[in-house]
Amino acid sequence: MIAPAHTVVQRADSDTASRLIPALLIGLSITFLMLILVVPVASVIGYAFSRGLSVYLAALQTPDTVAAIRLTLVTAAIVVPLNTVFGVAAAWAIAKFDFRGKQFLISLIDLPFSVSPVVAGLVFVLLFGAQGWFGPWLRDYDISIVFAFPGIVLATLLVTFPYVAREVIPVMQLQGRESEEAAISLGAGGWRTFFRVTLPGIRWALLYGIILCNARAMGEFGAVAVVSGHIRGLTTTMPLHVEILYNEYDLVGAFAVASLLMLLALVTLLVKAVIEALGSRRRRSV
Amino acid sequence: MTVTSKVLASFIVSFLVAGCGKQDASSPPDGSAAARQVQLLNVSYDPTREMYREFNEAFAAHWLAETGQNVSVQQSHAGSGSQARAVIDGLNADVVTLALAYDVEAIRLHGQRLQPGWQSRLPNNSAPYTSTIIFLVREGNPKNIRDWPDLVQPGVQVITPNPKTSGGARWNYLAAWGYEFEQALGGDITKLETASPEEVERAEARAERFVGELFRHVPVLDRAARASTNTFVQRGIGDVLLAWENEALLALDELGANALDIVVPSVSILAEPTVAVVDSVVDRKGTRTVARAYLEYLYTPAGQDIVARHYFRPRDSEVGARYREQYPEIRLFTIDDVFGGWNEAQARHFDDGGIFDRIYTGGAE
Amino acid sequence: MATARARPLVNASVLPGFGLTLGLTGIFLTLIVLIPIAALVLKAASLPPSDFWRIATEPRAIASYRLTFGASLLAASFNAVFGLIIAWSLVRYRFPARRFIDAIIDLPFALPTAVSGIALATVFGPQGWIGQWLAAIGIQVAYTWVGVVVALTLIGLPFVVRSVQPALEEVEATLEEAAESLGASRWMVFRRVILPTIAPALATGFTLALARAIGEYGSVIFIAGNLPMLTEITPLLIVIKLEQYDYLGAAALGLVMLCVSFLMLLTINALNGWRMKRLVGRR
Repeated sequence: MIAPAHTVVQRADSDTASRLIPALLIGLSITFLMLILVVPVASVIGYAFSRGLSVYLAALQTPDTVAAIRLTLVTAAIVVPLNTVFGVAAAWAIAKFDFRGKQFLISLIDLPFSVSPVVAGLVFVLLFGAQGWFGPWLRDYDISIVFAFPGIVLATLLVTFPYVAREVIPVMQLQGRESEEAAISLGAGGWRTFFRVTLPGIRWALLYGIILCNARAMGEFGAVAVVSGHIRGLTTTMPLHVEILYNEYDLVGAFAVASLLMLLALVTLLVKAVIEALGSRRRRSV
Repeated sequence: MTVTSKVLASFIVSFLVAGCGKQDASSPPDGSAAARQVQLLNVSYDPTREMYREFNEAFAAHWLAETGQNVSVQQSHAGSGSQARAVIDGLNADVVTLALAYDVEAIRLHGQRLQPGWQSRLPNNSAPYTSTIIFLVREGNPKNIRDWPDLVQPGVQVITPNPKTSGGARWNYLAAWGYEFEQALGGDITKLETASPEEVERAEARAERFVGELFRHVPVLDRAARASTNTFVQRGIGDVLLAWENEALLALDELGANALDIVVPSVSILAEPTVAVVDSVVDRKGTRTVARAYLEYLYTPAGQDIVARHYFRPRDSEVGARYREQYPEIRLFTIDDVFGGWNEAQARHFDDGGIFDRIYTGGAE
Repeated sequence: MATARARPLVNASVLPGFGLTLGLTGIFLTLIVLIPIAALVLKAASLPPSDFWRIATEPRAIASYRLTFGASLLAASFNAVFGLIIAWSLVRYRFPARRFIDAIIDLPFALPTAVSGIALATVFGPQGWIGQWLAAIGIQVAYTWVGVVVALTLIGLPFVVRSVQPALEEVEATLEEAAESLGASRWMVFRRVILPTIAPALATGFTLALARAIGEYGSVIFIAGNLPMLTEITPLLIVIKLEQYDYLGAAALGLVMLCVSFLMLLTINALNGWRMKRLVGRR
């Protein structure tokens, strides 16, 4: 039985205890969320604007901040499409065919999800750093991967790898193969079948996967911190720049940049809510 | 090609292009503009931020007047050791202005990005300014810290950065070691020349015990000098900060004598931050002339004045005389006096498996 | 192309694109995931086992494991309890702001860790909006292990709630009503009817939150204090080793964390299987 989202199971209650208990539980929930979530999130806005609007805007326009924003955007612009292509390809292979080792493949795809971001950055340092596998070769050709843009892209690729795949695979599996098989047998080509038959069915899941992937790509901290050397103005993404400003006790600056990132998170949530409203999709439990 | 293949191909192409483009953030956009606009990257150690901010402006004005060329200098600051490793690992610095000669030499040794004999290319062994190590304490000096032995009194917490990443931290360590070593020899470092091997060995053992004890009083090792200053001043951790003289004077200046006091120890070490042009980078980018002029400007009266205004000790005697009042009187020994030079010191104390690794147990008692 | 074997490698299908998509998947996976991880494993394996053991068990590392795993367990437990309460409230009750709360549960999932990190560190710091009140009653959160637990609780929150919500919705009302009409108290109904039904989902959510907490870096390092032996988490120790260019030490600890991640991944997969059977009745 697939229940629609936001089901509320009504109970017919009458005694005092059954009025106290809901109040207690709701109260606990709200208190917990206020402390842990709402207040910290509100504080980002609070501290960012604590010195007024002009200081806030000035903080966002320093050369280092602008460079960080640009680096973040360019990184996401590369990583998200690549992982989308990968995610869809992986979903097609997994959902539309049967083969041995399918479960193993799914586990491998999930692997970056459970790895610490620091480890995700570490692996690229071990590959491309001066003492890494390719270190001497890279030095001979004066190519920089670690401490430079390519390293940041690679680390971000790794940590955001599963996001699109994880959203699309189950939906494609649920779709089954009959529609596609029918289309093929009627003479449609592979690509045509994909775009006309499959894609419409997965578009909400795909969109959700893309915005999650994007949120993580722009917000990634640990992996990029390890691999980029956080050289201010050169290899700092927005999250790293937040750290630098915070460590220099420039609170307004740090929270100003953080507020942009939080805006991104809120937009992500908003798009998710819209998708759920539009797409009447089954709630995806993580 | 189908739409998707084209899209995929364009992603891959844009990735490659962006990657190649971003690698060298300071490469000029095109040939003709290169003549008018040039960008340098100065990879420096931690406490020089304010000084180079002013210096870069002054140099840009000077260079524009001299050659009509616009130069913009991008700065990077972190622990001297970390910076050296970053340049070895591929960070494309046009010039490095680090905390000690060995870190620059390491770039030549391990990264092959400098020519041999680099150190004699600039005056004073490529060290345009000097500094030393002093103590910064809370206002009123509540723990009554006067000299090195007071650092290891019970209950005293000492803040210093990590010698593995910070240049200042290594100077801290060597100053402390040098103090105890000299004491063991009877309070006079010149006695080292006539001391017997057993005496030297005994003195070294005492110094090692002292420094080991010192690091047991350190609750946290930050990456670099500025981070340590922040830990001490902003986070309020520790009773005494072992600091660069310029960093301590700057902190006093910014935060006022009401919050902090300077304590000058009986003896300290002459620290010689060293600069160099990174040959492989400037040759590839064609920025050698500018880069060399940039470093040479540090030695001019104008440059030395900026240096002194930010509490570094200038080489120029005239400028030094003008600013003499702001530096505490302090007896200094050099790294050659006590340790026989940086190569020796680095290998014995700070390389993997060296004395620091032996004595640092990782955390305050 | 399909040969007559008992269990074919690939079931012949009329759909095209298998080679292309599987190939693409394989290449991506190998380049981005497998080769880098292999580099880590091989680097760590290049250490003689005694050295590896020494690095992995040095006092500072052990102290970091204690903090990392201890705080993660505590945080995941808090999330299990409060996540259940929140999911219950969202599913069972109507109250103002319910939709708002339901929407913001996902926020920790989308929020960059650096943002939550500095927000928590500042809010719970000595002069922070919440921290100052706690300081007045003598509780210090920032720069202690308590702060670490707070941060890890935040980032694990959505996992339990989103795991348990659908399971709660699935609980058949008829079963509950039957139990009640037979005289079971509310608590008994909860314990005997509801809890077993949602147990797999709860366990899955707990494990997901735990796995996420163990590897977490950005949210924690601002509030943690990072004093060696006291408030230093294992990922930070890896970063510090890298900064000191102790690649082998970093690789050794990285391998330890990778193995833990593998273990968590296997557990989650198994729990997912258990949950799927309960939820949908088919694999």
